[in-house]
Amino acid sequence: MLTQEQTSLTSTTNGRDVLLSVRNLRVWFELRRFGFGIVGHVRAVDGVSFDLHRGEAIAVVGESGCGKSSLMRTILGLHRPTEGQVIFDGKDIHALGREGLRWYRSQVGYVQQDPFGALPPFMNVERILEEPLLIAGVKDRRERHERIRQVMEEVKLSPVEDFLGKFPHMLSGGQQQRVVIARAMILQPKMIVADEPVSMLDASVRVEILKLLRSLQERHNLAFIYITHDLSTVKYFSERIFVMYAGRLIEKAPIRSLLDQPLHPYTHALLAATSDPDARNARTFKEVPPGEPPSLVRPPTGCRFHPRCSRMIQGLCEVQEPPELEPFPQHLTSCWLYRQD
Amino acid sequence: MNQISRTFRELSRYPSAVVSLIVIFFMIIAAIWIVIAIPYREAVRLWRGGETVWYQLPKTVPPKWVNWFRREKLPETLILDTRQNPEWKTYEPAGDGRRIVVEFVIPFQADEFPQELSMYFYTSGATKAPFVSLTWKTPDGRLMRVSDFGLQSSRFNYRFAQDQKLAQRLGGEDHNVGLFAEPQSQPPKPLKGDYRLKVEILTFEANTDVDVEFIQYGKVYGWFGTDHMRRDLKVGLLWGLPVALMFGLLASVGTSFAAMLIAAIGSWFGGWVDDLIQRITEINLVLPFLPILIMVGTFYSRSIFVILGVTVLLSIFGGAIKSYRAIFLQVREMPYIEAARAYGAGDGRIILRYMVPRLIPLLIPALVSGIPSYVFLEASLAVIGLSDPVLPTWGKIIQDAEFNGALYKGMYYWVLEPSFLLMVSGLSFAVLGFSLDRIFNPRLRGM
Amino acid sequence: MESAAPLLRVENLILHFATLRGPVQAVDGVDFDLDYHRAVVILGESGCGKSSLAKAILRLLPRNVARYDGHIYLKGSDVMRLNDEEYRRNVRWVEISMVPQAAMNALNPVLRVGDQVAEPAMVHLGLSRDEALDLARRMFEHVGVPQDFLTRYPFELSGGMRQRVALAMALVTSPSLIILDEPTSALDLLTQANIFNVLKRIKQELGTSFILITHDIATSSELADDVAVMYAGQVVERSDAERFFHEPLHPYSRMLMASVPRLRADQEPEYITGQPPSLISPPTGCRFADRCPLRFAKCQEPPPIFEVDGRKVRCWKYA
Repeated sequence: MLTQEQTSLTSTTNGRDVLLSVRNLRVWFELRRFGFGIVGHVRAVDGVSFDLHRGEAIAVVGESGCGKSSLMRTILGLHRPTEGQVIFDGKDIHALGREGLRWYRSQVGYVQQDPFGALPPFMNVERILEEPLLIAGVKDRRERHERIRQVMEEVKLSPVEDFLGKFPHMLSGGQQQRVVIARAMILQPKMIVADEPVSMLDASVRVEILKLLRSLQERHNLAFIYITHDLSTVKYFSERIFVMYAGRLIEKAPIRSLLDQPLHPYTHALLAATSDPDARNARTFKEVPPGEPPSLVRPPTGCRFHPRCSRMIQGLCEVQEPPELEPFPQHLTSCWLYRQD
Repeated sequence: MNQISRTFRELSRYPSAVVSLIVIFFMIIAAIWIVIAIPYREAVRLWRGGETVWYQLPKTVPPKWVNWFRREKLPETLILDTRQNPEWKTYEPAGDGRRIVVEFVIPFQADEFPQELSMYFYTSGATKAPFVSLTWKTPDGRLMRVSDFGLQSSRFNYRFAQDQKLAQRLGGEDHNVGLFAEPQSQPPKPLKGDYRLKVEILTFEANTDVDVEFIQYGKVYGWFGTDHMRRDLKVGLLWGLPVALMFGLLASVGTSFAAMLIAAIGSWFGGWVDDLIQRITEINLVLPFLPILIMVGTFYSRSIFVILGVTVLLSIFGGAIKSYRAIFLQVREMPYIEAARAYGAGDGRIILRYMVPRLIPLLIPALVSGIPSYVFLEASLAVIGLSDPVLPTWGKIIQDAEFNGALYKGMYYWVLEPSFLLMVSGLSFAVLGFSLDRIFNPRLRGM
Repeated sequence: MESAAPLLRVENLILHFATLRGPVQAVDGVDFDLDYHRAVVILGESGCGKSSLAKAILRLLPRNVARYDGHIYLKGSDVMRLNDEEYRRNVRWVEISMVPQAAMNALNPVLRVGDQVAEPAMVHLGLSRDEALDLARRMFEHVGVPQDFLTRYPFELSGGMRQRVALAMALVTSPSLIILDEPTSALDLLTQANIFNVLKRIKQELGTSFILITHDIATSSELADDVAVMYAGQVVERSDAERFFHEPLHPYSRMLMASVPRLRADQEPEYITGQPPSLISPPTGCRFADRCPLRFAKCQEPPPIFEVDGRKVRCWKYA
């Protein structure tokens, strides 16, 4: 059976070629005591590999502290990897020069979680959207204006005139997030990284923003990395889903396959903990794995989930790290339960 | 623009802020007007010019408005000059020359004696000294011979106080008392009414002409009074305003902006840059500020610009850098900064366009309320003798007053006038600063 | 009569705040009641006044209150008649306590968590320190915090543990009612599920009633016996959870429900266009009319509360 890496390197899944390839990425942060002497490492990302195709939307799901933010920042070029590579359009982004980096930055848009915090409070909408253009070197004033207008209409901030002069605090949460999305889109990127883009918005606005992102993704054939802790929004959005736990991707699967047939016990737990609005919920207790996510400084040996796992195999899970297995086509997981011997 | 007008609208809700804004507005207008009306050179001439500029002014007298509050009115200064009124002179031929007669009428209504009387004679076209005799006629008709003398120089000064013979003639009395006192009054009291001083000048050449200037030095002068060098304090007090504003503004603006920028650079780059800035600040914080300024003033230069520069340099690396840094360390972690990095903003751009503007709301109130401390600092330096040697400043006036024992001699105006101006300017900036602080930092509201 | 009275009855509660631009009608005529051993969820989006409602019930008022009016009957007696001191002594933390928003970050960082939990018991029940600590220990058991955590400091605890400590603090005086303001919004999925398990167990074991204030519809169903939906300062629908989560009545509730993405169903979520009205000058008629697809002429007038099979709804459709 071929592993995911082999399939994606040799061919193009669904006829699309690979845009972003993350290869065995490790992002460790030095842990110092009293400012000197390294006493250990926070292994925020510890051996992550995946491929993202042009126009493909993936979701990375995990709880806070699982390393998903560090993974995202490294992909955005904000952290240097300790090991491994992030290859975008055939180029290792951490080996790019100044010009190359500028090109890469224009190829990737970033949508943040807290829309109010993501916008400089002292700039108006026009200025906010002009900044990336100025930095990218769009000299012509008229062209900048034209592109601002275009992108604002695309994110449905219209009539444009009403919004150009507004400061972030004068906008509602949904409108702020539209500005953030417009800013991410204005350089016409090939990829968008969205970090919990709707978690701080009200329920009624959430869906609107998700649909907007989805339509932009489809219209511009954008590759999309959607980082979230909320499984219920994932399926409206992405084709594949990666579950992250303690610095690793423990399950990678097409969305349907994962929701219908979760493999890893942690994924099971996440799905079980996600509620739908239903009055019956109040009468039942949820099954929650005991304990808390492990420290990333000294992660457990073997499978990192084994101390909390109810299906742990004695003598195996706590000793040996599980390899990435593919029990079903395209559905990968790192769990000893699916070993074939 | 929007922001500015909103700030003003909010300011208008604080009466104290409105008053202070009006005061500051007038101070700025006044400062501009002063600098235009009394240009720098003129101001220096008026302040440093010497006796020829100030000879008409009485010595260390209070302003004339003190009379409003006194039952016994103090005499004002009176200057009678034939150069302005040539018609006062009558000529008649006498021998080779002529006899010039001037009769000055001196209306006197005060309840105290004048400070001093003095006369200046301006002779032209004389090779032989003209001869002068002075007669004094009191309102009640008594005639007194004052003096007779020759005009030895073309600008001859006759001072009544220095005339020993006159003193003898007046029975050892001070000339003011002798000339103005009501006879037999005890203690002597001036007699009110019109006095006449008759000046008879005998010249020995036909083309000789003499002009006479009579000065009755009063015991009040102008709106501000005079100092020990007969200088009108008006010049010093008025020019002190632009000097104080300039010093306060430049020092405050310079210090705050530089401190903020350095703090932003340090907190953004971190590492050794930050360490270096922090260590410099810590060392500077324990260095004594005032002694360094005194040393610079004593050994190097007392020019206001040198002192200003040193003040700014020493204040940049002060406590402000620490508090700005603490805020910048938070700002640095804001999502919008991360976003800016993600779309490729460079270090300089992030510092100047993303971090610094974030602190402007904090900076403006701090800047405005910082002005008074620098105005006061300049004044304090002047009081201990470290003021600009040329420019008049409020502090310098206070120092003069203190040096000449103003309070000890009861010349309160001399100290109170500059102190009042210092207080008004300081207070208005401080009050405005507090109001701005409330507006820009709404958390303080309701406190 | 006394026994027939519900635990809490709120009648025409009004809380307006004074601001520069005019009074904000954060809570504007709210009625609801809550029985013993029940949990009511107050659902609403940000800015609808749900947190102000909690403040109004517990009388934790900021300085800029413009109007504070109405009746709050606790076990049949109107606590609005009490003065502040009586209220503090007899009601707050004795009968009603609260887990404020982001409570886990509100713990005092320099005090041991055990002492912090014991504190309300010492103040309100007049217990000695040892007795109070003993009580705190029992509360830790209820909320699922290990005993040895009593002597730890907040920074040594995870977010979920701190949230449980905050819950123990609210529980320690055995109040009849606990107000939970967004108790899990900053927590992770599994921790959130854990906290709700704890809340359910407390409700079963101690019989405490809850007011759960949240914007999260899906998780709110974990605790709800009753639901009150708030919109623009008013309660627009009151219903039992069973029927509410099956089929809400008010158009706003329906649309809100339709906007929830579901894990186990395939319907496409829908969003509500437009924005809630300003609470400074809300519309005179139905406050939702502007965004409502079902509005008709009558909606120009303020709708009264209509009763539909024991459920209450503020909508002309049910006239």
